[in-house]
Order: sequence, then C-alpha cells, then structure tokens
Amino acid sequence: MAYTEEELKKELETKEYEYGFYTDIESDTLPKGLNEEIVIAISKKKEEPDWMTQWRLEAFKAWKEMEEPEWANVTYKKPDFQDISYYSAPNKKPKYNSLDEVDPELLDTFKKLGISVDEQKKLAGVAVDIVMDSVSVATTFKKTLAEKGIIFCSISEAIQEHPELVKKYIGTVVPKKDNFYAALNSAVFSDGSFCYIPKGVRCPMELSTYFRINQAGTGQFERTLVIADEGSYVSYLEGCTAPSRDENQLHAAVVELIAMDDAEIKYSTVQNWFPGDKEGKGGVFNFVTKRGLCEKNAKISWTQVETGSAVTWKYPSCVLKGDNSIGEFYSIAVTNNFQQADTGTKMIHLGKNTRSTIISKGISAGQSQNSYRGLVQVNSRAENARNFSQCDSLLMGNLCGAHTFPYIEAKNKTAQIEHEATTSKIGEDQIFYCNQRGIDTEKAIALIVNGFSKEVLNKLPMEFAVEAQKLLEISLEGSVG
Amino acid sequence: MDLKDKLLSSFLAFENNVDLENPVHEIRSEAIKNFEEKGFPSKKEEAWKYTSLNSLQKVDFSIFPKQENTLEYKDIKKYFLHEIDTYKIVFVDGVYSSYLSETTHDGVDVCLMSSAFSKPMFRQVIDVYFNKVASKDESLTTLNTAFCKEGAYIYIPKNKMPKKPIQILHLATGNEAALMLQPRNLVVVEENAEVQIIERHQSLTENEVFTNSVTEIFAAKDANVDYYKVQNDANTASLIDNTYISQKDNSVVRVHTFSFGGKLIRNNLNFYQNGERIDSTLKGVTILGEKQHVDHHTLVHHAQPNCESHQDYKGIFGEKSTGVFNGKIIVDKIAQKTNAFQQNNNILISDKATINTKPQLEIFADDVKCSHGCTIGQLDDEALFYLRSRGIPKKEATALMMYAFANNVLESVRIPEVKTRINKIIANKLGVRVGFEL
Repeated sequence: MAYTEEELKKELETKEYEYGFYTDIESDTLPKGLNEEIVIAISKKKEEPDWMTQWRLEAFKAWKEMEEPEWANVTYKKPDFQDISYYSAPNKKPKYNSLDEVDPELLDTFKKLGISVDEQKKLAGVAVDIVMDSVSVATTFKKTLAEKGIIFCSISEAIQEHPELVKKYIGTVVPKKDNFYAALNSAVFSDGSFCYIPKGVRCPMELSTYFRINQAGTGQFERTLVIADEGSYVSYLEGCTAPSRDENQLHAAVVELIAMDDAEIKYSTVQNWFPGDKEGKGGVFNFVTKRGLCEKNAKISWTQVETGSAVTWKYPSCVLKGDNSIGEFYSIAVTNNFQQADTGTKMIHLGKNTRSTIISKGISAGQSQNSYRGLVQVNSRAENARNFSQCDSLLMGNLCGAHTFPYIEAKNKTAQIEHEATTSKIGEDQIFYCNQRGIDTEKAIALIVNGFSKEVLNKLPMEFAVEAQKLLEISLEGSVG
Repeated sequence: MDLKDKLLSSFLAFENNVDLENPVHEIRSEAIKNFEEKGFPSKKEEAWKYTSLNSLQKVDFSIFPKQENTLEYKDIKKYFLHEIDTYKIVFVDGVYSSYLSETTHDGVDVCLMSSAFSKPMFRQVIDVYFNKVASKDESLTTLNTAFCKEGAYIYIPKNKMPKKPIQILHLATGNEAALMLQPRNLVVVEENAEVQIIERHQSLTENEVFTNSVTEIFAAKDANVDYYKVQNDANTASLIDNTYISQKDNSVVRVHTFSFGGKLIRNNLNFYQNGERIDSTLKGVTILGEKQHVDHHTLVHHAQPNCESHQDYKGIFGEKSTGVFNGKIIVDKIAQKTNAFQQNNNILISDKATINTKPQLEIFADDVKCSHGCTIGQLDDEALFYLRSRGIPKKEATALMMYAFANNVLESVRIPEVKTRINKIIANKLGVRVGFEL
C-alpha cells in the first residue's frame, strides 16, 4: 500500500472534528456584556463573601485600564468583550448524591467523550470534579480524600468553606493585575477547582477535572488553585474537549500552583478545544495564564498536550524561588488547518541550585502556525542555576510554519544554560528504513511521530496517557499509532 | 535640545553643502522624513529590548566636524594591519584623508562615496545599487541615509579581484568634545569577482564618539566576499553598525565581527539570499569587560531553495559588561532544502555581567534542516585543574581555555595577518602572554 505523506496531509486536512456535538441543557445565563454590575452579579450568584467581591472589582478596575497584548505570533479577530455572557450554569442545580440523579443527557455527553464518570471511577480510581459550563456538578471520591485531610472541591465551594486558605493564596502567584487575560479572569471567574494537600501527605490518586464549554456564546473563565503544603505530593490532571461551534469562543483561565518546602506538584493538561473547521472558521480562543511557585526543595512539573483551539496563547511558568527547587516543562503542541499556537514556558531562577528542564515538541500540518516562546531567566543571586531546553519542530507540508522565540537572560556567572532547537520534516530515509523492514508508510509515519513526541507522552500519568493518545488521534489521525 | 531635534535642524544646514539636483538627494529627503517620524528606537521595541540609546541621546554631539585634521602615519600605524600591503581608505573625523589613503581605479574601483555620488562614470552603479538593500524604515539606517555623503566605495567588475585586501579605517581625533559620524559604504562585487575587506573604527582620545554606520554589500553570481570588522575602540566610543548584504546564486559571503572595545556596540547584520546555492557565514568573537555593552542582531533571510547559512558567535563577559545576541533565521515557503545553522556560546566570568540571548527561527518550508544552539556557562573547573596540575598558572590556564573557546571562529579567517592581530588583541584583553600563537 502506498500511503504517502501527500495522502496523509490530505487526510489530515479533511479530518473533521469528531467530538463536535452539543448537549441541550437549560442554562441560567447572565445577559451579555461586562461592567461592574455584572461582576457584582456573578459574585452574588455565587453567594461570595464581601472580600471576594471587592477583589473581583479591583481586578475589573485594573482590566479596564489594560490593553490586549499583541506581541504573540498569532493573528485573529479580537473578541468583543461586551458581546460575551460571563456566567452560565446548568439549570438543574441541586447537588447529586449519586450518579443516577445526574441529568442523563449530561452523562451521555461524557459517554460520547469516552470519559464517563463511572468508567473513570471504576477503571482508574480517579476522582473527577466535572466542571460543565462553569459550575461543578459532580464530585466523587471526596470521602477518600477527606480522610487524608485533602481538600478537593470547586473553587466557589472553597470560598464558602475554606475562605482562610483561598484568601491567603489566591492571586499570590498570578496577581490579579498580571496581564490582560488574568485580570479579566480575576474579575469574572465563574468556577474552577481548588486543591489543598496537607503537610506530608502523598495524594493517593490522580486528581482530575474536565473543563468544557457548552453554552453557545459563553466564555469560560476557570480559576484553579492548587496548594501543596510542606513535603506533600499531588498529581493533577486537566483535560478539555468542546462542542463544535461557529462563533469564536473565549477561554481565559488562570491556574496557580503553590509548592511549599519539599512539596511536589505534577500538573498535566490535555487540551482539545474545538480548533475550527478546515477553512479556519470558528474555534476556541485559548488565552491561559498558568504559573507555579516553588519554595525550598520543591518541584513543579508541567506536562501539556495541546491539540485543539483556533488560537492558543499559553505559557505555563515556574518561579523557582526556593533553593534547590526544580521546574519542568514538557509540551506537545499539534496544529492543523488554520490553527495557531504560541506556547512555551518561563523559568525564573531566583534561588540557589535551582534546576529547570524544558522539552517542547511542535508538530504543524495544514496551514497552521506553531510557535515556541520561552524565557529562561537567571537572577544574580541564583548560584549554580541549571537549565536545559530543547525545542523540536516537525513540519508536515509546506504551507505551515514553525517558529522559535527563546529568550535567555543570565545574570550569574555560575549559571549553566543550554538551549537547542531543530526543525525538520519526516525524513524519506527514515520511512525507507521502515519500509525495507516491512513496515508500511502509514505505520512508519505513525512510529516516527510517536517517537518524536515520546519524551513528552512518557511524562503523562498512566491513566491520562490513553486519553492523550485518543486526543492526538483527532489532530493527526493516521500518523499516531 | 535632544539629539533627534539637533539632527533634524542640522539637516537643513547639511542641504546647503550638497548638490540638491543629484537624484541621491531625493533619497535623503525621503529618509529624513522617516527618521523624523520614527525617531531613535526605544527599549519598548522588541528589537531594542536589551539595548538603550537614551544616554547617547543626551550628549551634545557635533554633527559636522571642522574640516581637515592632519595626523602622522607613525602615530596611527598600530591601528593599521601594517604587516601586509593593502589598499587603504582612511577617514579622519569623517573626512577623507588622501595623505593616509591608497586608492585605485586600476581594473577595480576602490575610492570614495562622495566621488561616486558626483561623477557621472559611477552614476549607473549608484542608480542600480545605492540604498537598494538597506532598510527604508529602520530609523537608524534612514538617519544614516539622510546624511550620507562620505564613505568607502568599492566596485569589483566581473572576473576581477583586487591585488590586495582593502582596509577601511575611521579615525576620530578628539578635536571635538563629542562627535557623531555617519559613514556610508557601498560594496558591489560583480559576477565571479572576489574581495577581502577589513574595517575598523578608532578614536584616538577619550572624547566621546558616536558612529552610525551603514554598509551595503552586493554579491553577484559566484562572487566571493570576506568582510572583517575589528571593533576594539576606546571605551568612550559607541558604534551602531548596520550591514545589509544581498546575495545572488552561488555567491559566498563571510562576515567576521570581533568585538573587544567600545562603550556601546550594536551590530545589525542582515543577509538577504536572493538566489540558489548561496553560502552565508556570520561569525563573531566578543570579549568584554568594564561596563561595555555589545548587541549582535543578525538576520538571515532564506528566500530561495538550496542555500546554506552558518552562524557562530562566541562571547566572554567579565566585570559589569552586558552581551546581547539576537539571531533570526527566516525560511520562506519556497526555500526548500535550506540548511541553516546557528550557534551562540557564552561564558560569564563575573557576577555582575549579564547575557541576554534570543536565537529565533521562523520557518515556513518543510524540507529544511534548521537548528540553533545556545549555551551559557563557565570554564570547566576540571579542565582548569588539569592545566594547573601541569604547572600552568591559573591566569594563563584560564586564558588558554578562552583561546580554545574562541578559536573555532578564527579558523575561518582567511587572512593570516588578521588572525594574528586578533590573537594579539585577545591576549591583551586577557592580560596574558601564552608564549605561542594559536
């Protein structure tokens, strides 16, 4: 069988978004537009305490003064922030005691995605906090976690029940005025997850949430706060798929991680928002601010598989504040058709003996543009800082582009920094080598792409790796085995 | 009055001294408009993120130095590459010094921009090449274009090669308290011709000098160009060097930049490949101390298939110096089979020194081999120990290792005397004699 790269390219281009369905659930939606009243209304709807309302208002005030950033290597029609509804919640609000009570249509949605709650429960032992249109509708395994003293709930619940923790840590890593989208999120965030691991506790299971956008015309603004107290460990998973929609949807999330002395946080993401159709129409705008703070001997590891969204603007970062702390970033970004991704990381070395590793793999097909943008900064007091960065790009077809913008700033003579980047296509000799050993071209391409991303795929937790493979398939079917 | 206003008002005075009928003047008027609009670049611009021109703009530079300053050859001999016979184009405070120069019209033209602008016999070359590759909207380049009047003009016709290398030397006497110079050079190398050029800027006193230089180089089919920039100026001199290179099929252009002296140096080195099977080489050694600041900004634009580019920049930064490297490689859609290589290695030897590096790739073609590597580190302690355990003092051992570090770049220098000279400057800079030539 002669399966050439040409054919693969054609197949990739014609591949429609498989998971593009839309669940009809009545929603409680606020009118479109954004002003102080809306911010207050969101806060009121969530029955938040006064300090939270004030905090949101301060963020909103700052946001009004800010301008949308334009430095990223992406072009898109800027969203009209007054034409977005900032809050929508599934209507049937009462909390469910068991899965049977959950709206069957909702369960059906998850079944189509292959991530049904009970399946997850049985198979993986994963506690899933499902956020569907901004409000958490199901939380499982809470009891097991509670026994260990672990708090894992939606952030609105945390504001009610653990205000002291939220008040102390929210906005400490990503200040509410940090950037345009972070400020917007701070003002209007509807929900998200909150996680606290007490001192010395090793979280017995992978914590995970699935964020989805469902209501037409609503953007989703999640806020995630993960706090790992001294000597604790947690692995947190986040995955997204979104229904097909013509109108561009805005997604501006903020994720804050705090790893105290000797703690470790592993944060894995699979992102598969609707990327737009093959003419580049529609698709989600994904403008995310993710940042983690490492205290002494702490470690934060980001792993991401980015296959969706029309425009991605995402830089999971690590502030290595404590001595001997470690930051890691493993990323696969796949773009196809007219997708644009500008993603990378920031590693800020402040403490002594801090180490960071960056492995970024970009695969571009169709007419997409894939950029890596990263910063490695070693401050003058960061003795013996060590960084290794590697950015590899794979191009499929000559209409796409791969770009690298690494910023490296060193102010300490003991710093050791290495950066390397390569760009290539799948070599004919590589395919030939496989062919002559009886592996057909399709399989060969699959093998090569798989091998290309292996370094990152290996970093995903077992339970998630299957899901990641599944999502990769959508973007690059026929090339991932 | 800040420098921008001063320059704008000086342009009116400048117009009194040039031939307004000359078509070149139209280009100048166009350029001054652009500069008036843009002004000096600020740190807010991405390309100038790490280099500030603020301090320069506060100095009251004199734009038009007094005419004629005489210098004795013996006083300035050391700034020449005097070991070999060369053609020389020497400018003293921006004014051509016929006494110190050696030009030629024998088969090739090695002379002055001022005569190229005014004499009809050069008109055709000026029409075809002048200001054709230099940027028309980069503010410092247009500032130079607006005031262009003097500089080196080198024209090598088809199948020709000058008998000896060409030296371009810009001297500043320090008769002015602060002087601004804007030399403009044009180098045209026709089909299958070859040339070797060495350029140096030198101020003779501690008085401040600000040079904003633009060089355009055109390499036709099968041409071969070697350009060596020796930047070892006094620590009160600032240099902005804008070099634009346009290459045609099969041509080879190599630019070596050696940055050791100067207060603030910014090298904007731009290669545009307009043909197939082109080879471009960009290499640099930077060794800094005190509060020096050197910014290498390179661009290689691969616009046609089957071309190559090689970049290799090495830097050693001591005391409170700052080094910046910003390398950009663009590969167009049709530039298949491009082979682009970029490397930047840095050594920090002081806690107060800073390095900012940003190697960029922008690739639109799929069948290419592009890579960049960048490192920041220190000398290997174990290697240092090895040398010291064999009786080599620490200072010499360190110097030896730095030599070795920089040596890659020197290997591709094709004039042995240039290599020797650079080695001597490196030894001086490191304050040691290792007792042998590398």
